[in-house]
Amino acid sequence: MQRIQSRIGLAWVVTSLLLAAACGPALAETPTHGGILTFVVPAEPPSFDGHRETTFALIHPIAPFYSVLIRVNPDNPGSPTDFVGDLALEVPEPTDNGTTYTFKLRQNATFADGQRVTADDVVATFNKIIFPPAGVASARRAFFSMVDTFYASDAFTVVFKLHHPSAAFIPALASPFNFIYSAKQLAQDMRWYEHQVLGSGPFIFTEHQPGAFITGRRHPNYHHAGQPYLDGFRAIFAKKQSLRVQAIRGGRAMIEFRGFPPKSRQDLVRALGEAITVQESDWNCVLLVTPNHLVPPFDDARVRRALSLAIDRWGGSTYLSKIAVVKTVGGVVFPGHPLAASADELREIAGYWEDLEASRIEARRLLQQAGVPEGFRFKLHNRGVDQPYKIVGTWLIDQWRHIGLNAEQWVQPTGPFFQTLRSQSKRFAVSMDFNCQAVVNPLLDVSKFVSNDRSGINYANYQDRVLDDLFDRMNRTPDTAEQRRLMRRFEKRALDEQAHMLVTLWWYRIIPHRSNVRGWTISPSHYLNQDLSTVWLAP
Amino acid sequence: MTRYIGKRLLLMIPTLLGAAVFVFLLMRLIPGDVCELRLAGEGAYADEKAIQLCREQAGLTKSLPRQFLDWIWGMVRGDFGVSMWTGRPIIYEIGLRFQLSLQVAIMATMTAILLAIPLGTLSAINQDTWIDYGVRAFSIAGLAMPSFWLGILIILALLIGTQALWGTPWMPPIQYTPIWEDPVANLSQLVWPALATGYRYSAVAARMTRSALLEVLQEDYIRTARAKGLVEHLIINRHALKNALLPVVTVIGIEFAFLIGGLVVTEQVFNLNGLGKLFVESVGNHDYTLTQSLVMLVALVFIMTNFIIDLIYAWIDPRIRYR
Repeated sequence: MQRIQSRIGLAWVVTSLLLAAACGPALAETPTHGGILTFVVPAEPPSFDGHRETTFALIHPIAPFYSVLIRVNPDNPGSPTDFVGDLALEVPEPTDNGTTYTFKLRQNATFADGQRVTADDVVATFNKIIFPPAGVASARRAFFSMVDTFYASDAFTVVFKLHHPSAAFIPALASPFNFIYSAKQLAQDMRWYEHQVLGSGPFIFTEHQPGAFITGRRHPNYHHAGQPYLDGFRAIFAKKQSLRVQAIRGGRAMIEFRGFPPKSRQDLVRALGEAITVQESDWNCVLLVTPNHLVPPFDDARVRRALSLAIDRWGGSTYLSKIAVVKTVGGVVFPGHPLAASADELREIAGYWEDLEASRIEARRLLQQAGVPEGFRFKLHNRGVDQPYKIVGTWLIDQWRHIGLNAEQWVQPTGPFFQTLRSQSKRFAVSMDFNCQAVVNPLLDVSKFVSNDRSGINYANYQDRVLDDLFDRMNRTPDTAEQRRLMRRFEKRALDEQAHMLVTLWWYRIIPHRSNVRGWTISPSHYLNQDLSTVWLAP
Repeated sequence: MTRYIGKRLLLMIPTLLGAAVFVFLLMRLIPGDVCELRLAGEGAYADEKAIQLCREQAGLTKSLPRQFLDWIWGMVRGDFGVSMWTGRPIIYEIGLRFQLSLQVAIMATMTAILLAIPLGTLSAINQDTWIDYGVRAFSIAGLAMPSFWLGILIILALLIGTQALWGTPWMPPIQYTPIWEDPVANLSQLVWPALATGYRYSAVAARMTRSALLEVLQEDYIRTARAKGLVEHLIINRHALKNALLPVVTVIGIEFAFLIGGLVVTEQVFNLNGLGKLFVESVGNHDYTLTQSLVMLVALVFIMTNFIIDLIYAWIDPRIRYR
């Protein structure tokens, strides 16, 4: 165990050094004030309410208008464990055996209309998120199941009391969707924020033209001294990927924050040379294969195991990363996180073996044992999105052909795709699925694998109380070594012994942007580090 | 004539009602709904209670006949309701995009007319010559090439060409500026999609002009005009072309109506915030109210365009009289 931890530690040091080397020149520069950042966003937010929505289309144009209580460190967003205060002065250490967190707030923060941000605003906000009244939707309510109560102990202090110690609390609190709203506005109309913007972030909302753009200007009294550096920003909605790439090439936009496939990176670098800077990172999104446990023969663990054993993840990483936004081989936890499996640990899981030939021989044996005939046909249900769903789906069909399975891709648009997944019926046999999260918070992120009567996002239709128990135990222990041990056990059961779901490859984020955009550092999620407070434009 | 106009206007009602029933039922056949898509569409956990609440707020829990009657009654009163996806008034959503779509449709139609009628005429009066072959090749290429693909080629050509010439790539603006605010910015964005769609549109109209004119040029009255020594350009312009334009006007009218809401892919290629893009997004979002209103708008545009074409017939060909 010690050896594994020291390896992880070494990996972190190396990564940090590489990042520091890459960012060295930028860090040495003094940010300059002024300029308008123009960026493209692939979709438009359905509403402006961060508590209700789940899409990056809300975060990219709207997050710059809001502050949050705590956030990932904007100077080190690549780290999954580095959190700093935003409205809070700092991230507090828990007291009362890990069940009480006391947040001291900055006293200089103001909303765009001049009101001061106080503890009442923070309490009203989290009341809306954690205990929403009837008629108000809250997308992240389930992340705060450990929270018992919270209250303002004075005008600038908020206290959270938990039912039990939880390592998942701070990452859940740091979600970029937890915009702090004005208590006064919420008291007047709990749904006011669906169509209005009033925050205490680095920018003040100026205009929204539906279907076209959202603009903001600098908040002159922003609570982080000297920031933001930009005079304003313009977020232009552009649905077509090729157009977004061309917009950066043709100077109509400087950056797109979601991510482009490798081909677009090459095109931009080839066309613009040094005028383009590329930032890359592992992405806290993973593509999964979900066998439906209600549909034979996928109710048989041997068959599911065979599906996993057929997949050449190590080879696929090399080939697919040239054409799709996937790259990293990993287990249930975001690769690079202290709770993630090392390469050696992964190689002990079915489907991650070094000897692919042996893996596929074992897969054929299992299929034979389960009575699955050679050439067995089934449909792979997939989402009608090229990157990376259809590309990886096509690759999987070829992988399964190697063990005598004959899969056919059944593609549906996003709406019907999710309706089929959520139907809890036999409407699909095997489906592509994904797990995409904002803050890297493995203890909660793996909730997708717990029984479907406990997890609202487990579409494989199974109950596994052993997994549930492991999940509960690792969420309640404050001991990180114990968490890691339980996570390995959880992973082994979910991916190998029961092969409830199959992890394919983790996504890989590629952001090519105009080189004059400075102060923005890529993070493992397209939801994080998007308030633009540190971004500046080089002359 | 007045009686004819009144009758045609009355006939619009059952046509629009038929379109309303059709789109209403068709939208509800698509699996999933706006609430499910909005709250769980990104794969996030969504509480069933929250989804149910959203459905109640959007009126989706009412019976289908009740939903239909509510919608129709709203339209009769001029209340199109609010978008289920954004919550904004539908009139506002459509009004914002209509201006752009109308301008592109007008510019594309002008491009098509300016290209199609002279080229079709030239081709017909020079039948089976190199001019005819050239025009036919030009129009067949226009028919074969989807306008969105031509749009992509135009953008790439502009990027590569300007970089080769001036060292800095240039592409058309990707956000709309109204023509009265900044005509240069407006035209530098819209001229390219107008060219891309106008070219395909002109190809259809040029072929129609050519074949109609060839047919008219075989008529007895043209032979008579030539026999009495009338100069050729008067024969073509005054006697032949005017009569040959009837089918061309029909094609131009129908294409114009199509352009109002049908530039689905071209609008995305040029990032135009028009009705076509709104159409695709509203269907993708299962936004029933907005999709239904858009279909009704397009149906109305088609019906009105056909009606106007019928009236233009009488003006072009005085032999046509309506009862």
